Amino acid sequence: MTKQPENTAEGQGWLNALFRSRETSLVLLIAVLTAVTTTLNPRFLSPQSLKDLMLNVSIIALLVLGQTVIILMRQIDLSISSIVGITAFLSGTLFINHPGISGYVVIAIAVLTGLLLGAVNAALIAWGKIPALITTLGTLYIFRGANYAWVHGRQVNAVNVPGSFLAIGTSTVAGVPILTWIVLILLILFSIGLRQYRAGREYYAIGSNPNAAVLAGINVSRRIAIGFIISGAIAGLAGALWLARFGTVDATAAEGIELTVITSTVVGGVAITGGVGTVVGAVLGALLLSVFSSTLVFLRVPSFWQQAFQGAMLLVAIAADAYLAYRHALRSRVKWSHV
Amino acid sequence: MSEGQSSTRRLVRRVSWETILALLLVLALVGGAVLNKDFLTAENWANLLANFTEIALMALPLSLIVITNEIDLSVASILGLSSSLLGALWQYKLAMPLVLVTCLVAGALCGWLNGFLIVRFRLPSLAVTIGTLALFRGFAYIILGDKAIADFPSEYAEFGIGVVPNTFIPTPFVLFIVLALIFWILLHHTTIGRRIYAIGGNPTAARFSGINLNRLKLLLYVASGLISALAGIVYTFRFSSSRADNGTGFELSAIAAVFLGGVTVQGGKGTVTGVVLSLLLIGIINNMLTLADVASEILRIVTGSLLIVSVLLPNLIAKTRESWRLMRRQREIARLGSAS
Amino acid sequence: MRSPTIELVDIYKSFGSTRVLEGVSLPLFPGEVHSLLGENGAGKSTLVKIMAGLHLADKGAMRFGGKEMLFRSTAQAQHAGVSVIYQEPTLFRDLSIAENVFMHRQPKTAYGWIDYAEMNRTVSQHLSQLGVSLQPEDPVLGLSIADQQIVEIIKALTFEAKVLIMDEPTAALSLEEVKRLFQVVERLRSKGVAIMFVSHRLEEVFAISQRITVMRDGRVIGSGPVEKWTTEEVIRKMVGRSLDALYPKEKVEPGKVVLRVRSLRRAGVFKEISFEVRQGEIVGLAGLVGAGRSEVARAIFGIDPLDSGEVLIGDTTLSNHAPQAAMAAGIGFVPEDRQQQGLVMEMTVMRNATLTILRQLKRLGLVSKEKERQIATRWTQRMQLKGHIEEPVNILSGGNQQKVVLAKWLATEPKLLIVDEPTRGVDVGAKSEVHRTLSQLAKDGMAIIMISSDLPEVIGMADRILVMHEGKLTAELSRAEATEEAIMFAATGQVGPRPDQKSKATPNGKS
Repeated sequence: MTKQPENTAEGQGWLNALFRSRETSLVLLIAVLTAVTTTLNPRFLSPQSLKDLMLNVSIIALLVLGQTVIILMRQIDLSISSIVGITAFLSGTLFINHPGISGYVVIAIAVLTGLLLGAVNAALIAWGKIPALITTLGTLYIFRGANYAWVHGRQVNAVNVPGSFLAIGTSTVAGVPILTWIVLILLILFSIGLRQYRAGREYYAIGSNPNAAVLAGINVSRRIAIGFIISGAIAGLAGALWLARFGTVDATAAEGIELTVITSTVVGGVAITGGVGTVVGAVLGALLLSVFSSTLVFLRVPSFWQQAFQGAMLLVAIAADAYLAYRHALRSRVKWSHV
Repeated sequence: MSEGQSSTRRLVRRVSWETILALLLVLALVGGAVLNKDFLTAENWANLLANFTEIALMALPLSLIVITNEIDLSVASILGLSSSLLGALWQYKLAMPLVLVTCLVAGALCGWLNGFLIVRFRLPSLAVTIGTLALFRGFAYIILGDKAIADFPSEYAEFGIGVVPNTFIPTPFVLFIVLALIFWILLHHTTIGRRIYAIGGNPTAARFSGINLNRLKLLLYVASGLISALAGIVYTFRFSSSRADNGTGFELSAIAAVFLGGVTVQGGKGTVTGVVLSLLLIGIINNMLTLADVASEILRIVTGSLLIVSVLLPNLIAKTRESWRLMRRQREIARLGSAS
Repeated sequence: MRSPTIELVDIYKSFGSTRVLEGVSLPLFPGEVHSLLGENGAGKSTLVKIMAGLHLADKGAMRFGGKEMLFRSTAQAQHAGVSVIYQEPTLFRDLSIAENVFMHRQPKTAYGWIDYAEMNRTVSQHLSQLGVSLQPEDPVLGLSIADQQIVEIIKALTFEAKVLIMDEPTAALSLEEVKRLFQVVERLRSKGVAIMFVSHRLEEVFAISQRITVMRDGRVIGSGPVEKWTTEEVIRKMVGRSLDALYPKEKVEPGKVVLRVRSLRRAGVFKEISFEVRQGEIVGLAGLVGAGRSEVARAIFGIDPLDSGEVLIGDTTLSNHAPQAAMAAGIGFVPEDRQQQGLVMEMTVMRNATLTILRQLKRLGLVSKEKERQIATRWTQRMQLKGHIEEPVNILSGGNQQKVVLAKWLATEPKLLIVDEPTRGVDVGAKSEVHRTLSQLAKDGMAIIMISSDLPEVIGMADRILVMHEGKLTAELSRAEATEEAIMFAATGQVGPRPDQKSKATPNGKS
């Protein structure tokens, strides 16, 4: 009787093969949660409720795209919530101060602002060699402080925003909000970019083995800088879309959202140690977290439980990733095959 | 570079950080006095010291953790959890001493969870404490929701806002002074302190020397949880308010104080003196800004900037030195190349 | 007469004050396998690194395709057509085999996208040529070291290397895999690739090479076509040094057994390790780099895991597998790499020297600075280290740093002291001081295990020499029997009676 090789799926059964893919496990979990919730409360699958779900997920999913690029490289960007806050208010202010301004121009300016703020992070991290944690913890508060100072207690209201812009958040095409379509298109672009381009593979290489990346001729500093600039630009876009979605923006907009984004990304399979994961998985992670929150709401669990669950999910995801890595590391310990 | 020369230069550099801080402190004191007539009043100083007591408390064990090359972002959440627990248990009219002990134990348990995940499971401390930051704050919300508990017995409330008789020193600040002394002794005069420096300086060599890294790191995280819970108690009595969102964002200030105090990013270096000096410095700067009616948001900008600058500066200095060395080396190679 | 594809001419290289290469000339001819042999420290790896673009020679020239050339980076060397396959692969564990091979130069389709089909196809071809049953999409994570080396080899092949240097490539391969590797080597040879093989496996060397060069102490001792060499000749050229009376080991009557290890095993690293050490004995543990000696020592000390076997100190079995337990039982361990494992470089001499006996520094619960200074001074002075007590160890010379490590362990007053490469990177003066100290310690009743790749040192200092080869003990030699040839013979895994001496070529216990 021949021994089954461990590497092939046949050797381990279809169940294992299924769970080997993080994306598939996520889809399964989402399906299970949806089934459970719908059984308990059929309104969960109503068009209005689904639309709300999609809108809720979309902004997080957008930010998750940027954070994936960052975490793939073993970095972290905590400052995204502050960048979103600034650009959201900026977008509203543009509409107020320049009536008739095109929504496209507003979005462009928001993206550009986010890009510049991301460049600040990039400079400090890639050139100043300050660890990403410290840098983005600092800019998280510096940008938010600047935001508060600028907003100075005011706020933007939906009446200040042209209806055509708000339509991004309210109108649907084929039952899916425009906001969600925008995010889906970007998801596809990021997915292609990370998989099909040499530059995209560099993010994986840097996170997987920074030394090997240098030896392979990759310009690691430059790639890290570009990553943070992308994250900033995405956050900038998210700010403009935040305005479209909520209509009202004050100094506290998007505060605390970075935790949800990071948790979604890691739960979605982008290991905090870098080198592993896909944007699709990360977005599924965001979807899972959103569905989970909705489930809690529909089960009449007080919203206060949300944060604790989020924290627990992040811890479980990290532990699971570490365990998988440990299992694989065991096999590379062999030095002499005959010993 | 001769052996003797670099050692003195190195010694000079180490002493310098604390000395620079002391100088900046003096400058800040002078500046504060000059810019505002209320600066040197007893009342102002009572406020100043009271306002950063909680952060100062949390910064003490945090600095030891950072020296061993780890981090704890969940300190402010443990503060919040302790505060809500205090309020919630008090609502059930349990004896206050019992309530306080429970809060401290809860904090220690939180710290233990951090330590366990980081040490036993070998998970990166950054990621774990981001998770527990959310988890513990979540627990705080579960316990108290968005209620605020305010009616605490007068003797405790007075402890929170009182001062040591005939001085401007707030009573809770005495706690900080005591703990700062304890940590100073711990880090600089005990074998535990020696081990902490070794672990931060070279964890492999520490392990090879028979030091039990796991046990020590776990201990540090438990201490951090315990003291964060203590800070939560102090905060609650100072404001006579127990809320789930108490202390949100305090981790930034604590971490900023640690790095500004001279604890390096690589680990293995730093002193309690430096951290205390930097806490005072940040406290004074915050106070000056408040007196000048600067919005509290600007304080955040200042704290964030201090954090970044305190790490950026040593890097820039190292970079300049490195590029000089590189230039010299390249000139050497060019010379050798042309010689053969 | 063919011209060499790559040629090193009269290369000199020093690191600090240590001369590593002296006047080395080495040609690599196309279509030829040229094996480079030499014991540890002969300078082989530095030579390889110069050809790979990791180091620049101090003097001398490198000619590639007839032109003088300097490689300033590994990327430059690779693109010129010089590929090196190291023993320790640096791969992207989370990515697939194909991605690892082509990172940063993936083939592109007409649209500018990465052509995965092409990538996988190419890698698949190479894999089947090597007879390896892996798929190009397989993640590198989880591959054994042998398989990882295959990936490195394929990487080199795709660089269309004109020169392929292999540093101990067969170390972790099974016989089957070695055979297949040699087939590939043959194929490359017929294509005109110049191949350099750095290896200790003499049978393989003789099987595959057309030319052999032996190095010793940074110089080329002998070089020529393989037909002109015999195994004995190779070994003799590798060692051939006269022993000077630099090593003052005095004869001591061994006392009771201090350490007894039985059938130690760590899967994939070492097995069937059994030996004893008595009071007053210095037992040398010789072998080539990578034979597993440091791993055995670390396992005894409790740092590395042990899959099975017993460690006994005196009569008690060491049950708790941790350094603290080993230290409590009286074992001290001076590790191989003093900078990474032995010292906290930024800390002072005083602090480093007392790290192992912190408990002794306490007075009333606190550390007494007086005691710290006293104890540190006592033990460092014992090692002939004067002054410097408050200075960071990173300003000391290698020899002085080693003295600090020794002082730190002597302070624990162990019954058994394991020293791993005690004089590596240490100047002659400090070297003899270390030896004198070890000798005195043995005289005073300490049991010592000395791991060393410095053959004269081992022969001069040890009462008995155990030799390891690829994870197993291959010989035990008494002081009388110990010659450099005998040790090298066992260290390279040769079995059976040696032509020059009859000896016990069987290890202690089993065969």
